[in-house]
Amino acid sequence: MLPQTAFMSQILFLLLIAFFGYFLTTRIIRIRKNIQLGRIENRTDKPARRFKNMMLVAFGQKKMFKKIIPALLHLMIYLGFLVINLEVLEFIIDGLFGTHRIFAPLLGDFYTVCLNIFEFLALAVIISCVIFLIRRNILKLPRFRSSEMTAWPRLDANLILIIEILLMVAIFTMNATDQVLQVRDSSYTSTGRFVLSAQLIPLLQPLPLDTLILLERVAWWAHIIGILAFAVYVTYSKHLHIFMAFPNTYYANLHSPGKMSNMPEVTNEVKIMLGAATEQPPGDPPERFGAKDVPDLTRSNIMNAYACTECGRCTAECPASLTGKKLSPRKIMMDVRDRAEEIGQKKAGQAENKALLGDYISKEEIFACTSCNACVEACPVQIDPLSIILQLRRYTAMEESSSPADWNNMFSNIETNFAPWKFAASDRFKWNKE
Amino acid sequence: MDLTQKPKEVPTMAALAAKGQTPEILFWVGCAGSYDQRYQRVTRAFVKILSEIGISFAVLGEEESCTGDPARRAGNEFLFQMQALSNIQLLNTYQVKSIVTACPHCFNTLKNEYPELGGNYEVVHHSTFLQRLIDNGRLIIKEGGSFNGKKITFHDSCYLGRANGIYQAPRKLLESLDAELVEMKRCRTTGLCCGAGGGQMFKESEPGNKSINTERTEEAISTGASIIASACPFCMTMLSDGVKEAEKEDEVKVMDITELIAQGKG
Repeated sequence: MLPQTAFMSQILFLLLIAFFGYFLTTRIIRIRKNIQLGRIENRTDKPARRFKNMMLVAFGQKKMFKKIIPALLHLMIYLGFLVINLEVLEFIIDGLFGTHRIFAPLLGDFYTVCLNIFEFLALAVIISCVIFLIRRNILKLPRFRSSEMTAWPRLDANLILIIEILLMVAIFTMNATDQVLQVRDSSYTSTGRFVLSAQLIPLLQPLPLDTLILLERVAWWAHIIGILAFAVYVTYSKHLHIFMAFPNTYYANLHSPGKMSNMPEVTNEVKIMLGAATEQPPGDPPERFGAKDVPDLTRSNIMNAYACTECGRCTAECPASLTGKKLSPRKIMMDVRDRAEEIGQKKAGQAENKALLGDYISKEEIFACTSCNACVEACPVQIDPLSIILQLRRYTAMEESSSPADWNNMFSNIETNFAPWKFAASDRFKWNKE
Repeated sequence: MDLTQKPKEVPTMAALAAKGQTPEILFWVGCAGSYDQRYQRVTRAFVKILSEIGISFAVLGEEESCTGDPARRAGNEFLFQMQALSNIQLLNTYQVKSIVTACPHCFNTLKNEYPELGGNYEVVHHSTFLQRLIDNGRLIIKEGGSFNGKKITFHDSCYLGRANGIYQAPRKLLESLDAELVEMKRCRTTGLCCGAGGGQMFKESEPGNKSINTERTEEAISTGASIIASACPFCMTMLSDGVKEAEKEDEVKVMDITELIAQGKG
């Protein structure tokens, strides 16, 4: 390579890093702000337990293994992501300093071993992605096809798989051409044999030297630009779970899943009504009881939405979804994320005139929930759609009094007879007399 | 154990307090256990077991009131806390330490939601309570009872299973009967809800293509079991309706684990 072109490419590389780095940083700040739209809830207690949970569930993928086939395929992509990205370090050093495979002479045989491992994983990633594409588009697994899986979510899922395949193809092309070039041009650092990409050498042998040099460079740039662009894309995509799974499991609910969050502001009022002394003077009354919109939810609810990768295990287990009701826990999560993004972008007028409840999620959906926790149990990254549904219900009951008529009857039965049915309180102990 | 026999008078907390006595445990009957005719039979069976073994217990009788669970799940936090705080006042007045209940919804609320409002009790579900009685030898199941070799399937209640992680106790009880326990495909952590939780028991369901209880009952019936065992009043109602709808009432019975233990008791 001529010195000036090497210099040019270093500048170009630096500009690319700055360009994508800027977009990525802007997106991270935006997502952080969107999560901070929510109410603060104390989830910083028991750090050791939280860390252990994160290591088991996010890092260790514990809950994925309830479905063994997708778990193994997913594990390959996950390991590929973790391990192959070590190579990005070399890409960045080479790109910035105009070097080529800087680690090869430093690591010697170990470099060859590492790259062979990377290649093995790259092949595993390609195979897994192809199987995932087949599951989605040919076998058409029901959980990838329900009504909230409209054009964009389906395209998003396919794009991610295709991009991952292309990134791996770039690695193989780069490694294969490099091996041919090492034989023809002594200025290429010797790396030893990469078993998998070496299978492509016969295809490349007939090509002239210039084409090979170009092909190697194109593959190198394609891989690094691909990774940088993918990093930005991920922040707009369901694929963000690769990062959000970690904080999401760290801040997961540690209480019994059956426990609903308490509303201390209600406790104060009720204590006054019952004539019991309040321990502390009632604070400012809340702006709103329950949740109507994303800012009424908690930060972990919104973080949940960003951690959702739309796998649909929740909806596949939901008794309401299974029996044809409109409710789908996955849709709840997708709606929360879409609405958080909308508020975050502050599209003038639009954001204010709309709300999560009504414009995104209907009452019919939230009223259909049996609070059975099947969705919570099914989620591999501990997302809690139930918590959101119940907060939306609180808004309908306490702010709008728009609960179903049957529920309003149930409420008045409890108020007057202390039982959800219309039976006299004085008959409560009759079971003993009969 | 003969269930047709009238139970002895059940002591109330108020009556015992008047005599200056405090029972070891409070039996929280729950609204379904008090009013629902089918579940009253479960209440009576449980009381009979307690009396025969000589457990020191009492009920609240007319003083008992809804825990507030359905109101809370339907979104009415005010009503829930009204119920919860007045119940806690009553329970604390009687200095209640331990509670046993035959309703997973009451169990979950008393155990997980009352402490934050000042009600701290040791709360046990009747399945765990009965299992402990068998484990420590106080409750003996007679050999070669009427369940020997019978196929029984157990339906996990969401508020017992997923909400509180109790999967083993009811199954151990069924195993103690020498019955053949057949599991549905969706069981334990993936057990399918009966359709009544979260306030659904008290309202019509939203439009769909099937009732949840039909879906679940079909699954239970397909195991070939002659008894569907449950441990929750709402599940019992939903499954019984499902069996009726499938016109299988003659072949398949829905029974609470307490009734089965009462029948198998030596």
